[in-house]
Amino acid sequence: MKNPPALYLEADNVTPDGFAGKTAAQITELHVHEGNTTSTLGKYFEVSGNAGATAADTKIIVKGDVKKVKYLGMKMSAGEMVIEGSADQYVGAWMTGGKLLAKGNVEAFAATAMRGGELIVEGNAGNYLGAAYRGDWRGMSSGKILIKGNAGSDIGMYMTGGEIVVNGNVDVHVMTHAEGGKTIVKGNTKSKLGGQLVDGTIIVFGNIETMMPGYKPNGEVELEVDGVKALFSHYIGDMGERHKKRKGAIVYGNLYKKI
Amino acid sequence: MSEYIIKNGSVFDPVQGIKGDKKDIAIKDGKIADKVSSAAKVIDAKGMTVMAGAVEIHAHIAGPKVNLGRIYRPEDKLFSCTPTRGMERMGGGASIPTTFKTGYEYAKMGYTTAMEAAMPPMFAKHVHEEIRDTPIIDEGAFPVFGNNWFVLEYLKNHEIENTAAYIAWLLRVTKGYAVKVVNPGGTEAWAWGLNCLSVNDPVPYFDITPAEIVKGLIEANEYLGLPHSVHIHPNNLGNPGCYETTLDTLKLAEGMKAKNKFGRESVLHLTHTQFHSYGGTNWADFESKAKEVTDYVNKNKNITIDTGNVTLDETTTMTADGPFEHHLTGLNNLKWANVDVELETAAGVVPYIYSPNISVCAIQWAIGLEIPLMIKDPMRCYITTDHPNAGPFTRYPRVIKWLMSKKARDTQINAFKHKDKVLSQTSIGSIDKELSLYELAQMTRAGPAKCLGLANMCGGLKPGMDADVAVYNFNPDKPVANPEDIETAFSRCAHVFKSGVEVVKHGEIVGTGNKRTLWVNVKVNDNPQVMRDINEKFIKYYSMTQANYEALGHHFVPNPYALEVDATHV
Repeated sequence: MKNPPALYLEADNVTPDGFAGKTAAQITELHVHEGNTTSTLGKYFEVSGNAGATAADTKIIVKGDVKKVKYLGMKMSAGEMVIEGSADQYVGAWMTGGKLLAKGNVEAFAATAMRGGELIVEGNAGNYLGAAYRGDWRGMSSGKILIKGNAGSDIGMYMTGGEIVVNGNVDVHVMTHAEGGKTIVKGNTKSKLGGQLVDGTIIVFGNIETMMPGYKPNGEVELEVDGVKALFSHYIGDMGERHKKRKGAIVYGNLYKKI
Repeated sequence: MSEYIIKNGSVFDPVQGIKGDKKDIAIKDGKIADKVSSAAKVIDAKGMTVMAGAVEIHAHIAGPKVNLGRIYRPEDKLFSCTPTRGMERMGGGASIPTTFKTGYEYAKMGYTTAMEAAMPPMFAKHVHEEIRDTPIIDEGAFPVFGNNWFVLEYLKNHEIENTAAYIAWLLRVTKGYAVKVVNPGGTEAWAWGLNCLSVNDPVPYFDITPAEIVKGLIEANEYLGLPHSVHIHPNNLGNPGCYETTLDTLKLAEGMKAKNKFGRESVLHLTHTQFHSYGGTNWADFESKAKEVTDYVNKNKNITIDTGNVTLDETTTMTADGPFEHHLTGLNNLKWANVDVELETAAGVVPYIYSPNISVCAIQWAIGLEIPLMIKDPMRCYITTDHPNAGPFTRYPRVIKWLMSKKARDTQINAFKHKDKVLSQTSIGSIDKELSLYELAQMTRAGPAKCLGLANMCGGLKPGMDADVAVYNFNPDKPVANPEDIETAFSRCAHVFKSGVEVVKHGEIVGTGNKRTLWVNVKVNDNPQVMRDINEKFIKYYSMTQANYEALGHHFVPNPYALEVDATHV
């Protein structure tokens, strides 16, 4: 990274799909936006190596301080991308396939409305991880997210499928409004887990600071989660929300807390 | 002003009965002219289709409920924004575009006049601010009357003269164009958590029925001699079996005759007919009753309709039919917004996805196409999508493709997940008719212009009319190789003139024209009782004073064009 931008840089072209079939010289000509000015990738990055013919055989390694770069890996459908440091918002947003690894932290809205592929963050993730876009009712629907550190608030909001695993702790609001999918938190959680959840599963290994009043105890079960076998308290809910019926029986969302 | 001559195009103009003849169209001083000087700029339209600018009779494009949709659907702008380019300001939104994008998109498709279909009188100022900021196209707005306390109270006692005086006053203060009725009585009932699903359901508290409201408003409309007829969205919209309510509503116009100086022959305009032509008792036996409804319309010459074509898109429904939107959010569980407008009306907004994989949506698509294909007189049926309710107006070229090509319809039918259900519940599969360009010009130009009382001004290419002209890159002399070519040609005009100013060239905006706000100024005899009633209602009930109510002056209506009506003689 060179000529550090004064404003945040919007680099939605930095994806295997955007680079596919291009030479290093062509890649430097791709657009980036800084505020309302449009310039080229070459102004901020040295590009070396050529891309593969398709997204699937393209691998991108983003080096340097990209803390002020947004939309890295946005809409990627295949291939591989590694961000060696920390990045700003919307990392892997709307991605549909491929593998995206961030070795540092990612800011809010990572994997917004993700439809497939894999996002791994070795540091922490911000708020609205795997959530729906502002106003939308379609959050993450498929794919896998692994956060090795902590995640912020409102993760998995309006989630309909796929899986989020957070090895650390999370902030308030988990899977609000969700209609499917699974979120596993290995650390501690705060409050408002599964508020207005229609369907889906939340599994917590650590504490739940405050339970939602709309969840009803449903006994204990032994589960094997991520290779760990343990006993969990089972709750169903959110009792205040509408639920679908399957074979005549109402399908509630599930919340499991490790005992 | 510049002179132009559009040479060698194939001209389709129902006003003069021109069916594709090679003719030159001359433009001078903003009007269509017999001839122009040799200095006129020549536009070569060889191998192209030339029509008058199209007239949109029913769309929700300006005002508080449209803006509520914009505000509460940021996701509608996601990936649909267009940056500043040439003369164009930035725009955004797919189903609820910004005002600027609305003007540009209409113009690029060859539309030069559009009507906002539901103006809440109390928010007329907001409507006019948005109309002002919608470039190029002339616009008018229909204030809603069907649930208005004044109207309900006057018509309860069949006081036509008082109703008419109130209409005249309201059109003047809101700079309104016509009498719109949405779910008569039902929206008022909604304030009590109820609805009126038939024309005989009493409106709570007011002791009046939808039938009495509709009949009374038609009488008042003809008493005044307004340019447009009463414009009706009947009760019971969108429910299986609703076609019976629709026919009951249409029957209310039986025996009524149009009285006006604008050449309008209809007394009732039934809007978004597709939503009102459903049979069946539930969503499983849901079926088309397009035939029953169009049979009635074909027989009764004092009725006009528009289609409300479902375009199979993700869109945003919005209507003054408050109870319907509440019903809809219960069906699709998507976000719902509701607004009450004091003594006048209400509105609801819900996003909706017309999925080709859902049988009901596919049947709705078929019904929307059956209606214009079953209508015998194209001058009485106009193409709309009830934008944005059945789909965005930007899909008109696609609707035209489906109407002009059986092959295109068959391709879509074959792509439906529940193809068999579409074929068994509708008759779309057995309709071979393909709309001609002349019929298209009737349904999108001459017809709606006549129905709106604008026949002398727009919708045709007769010398003396406004020089609103659209030139499409579509050669009617060549067989259509691929139906997609129809959609492409009607999406972006080669040239568009609005009142003699070139506004679109090769699909790009090249001018912003001289946009006008159309409204109807009715002179009536002094009516002290109505003036006293208005004064009293403002003091007793309204949250604003009468002095702040009027959409007045340059800020709201910078370029007004008033259609003058003198109703003092009666």
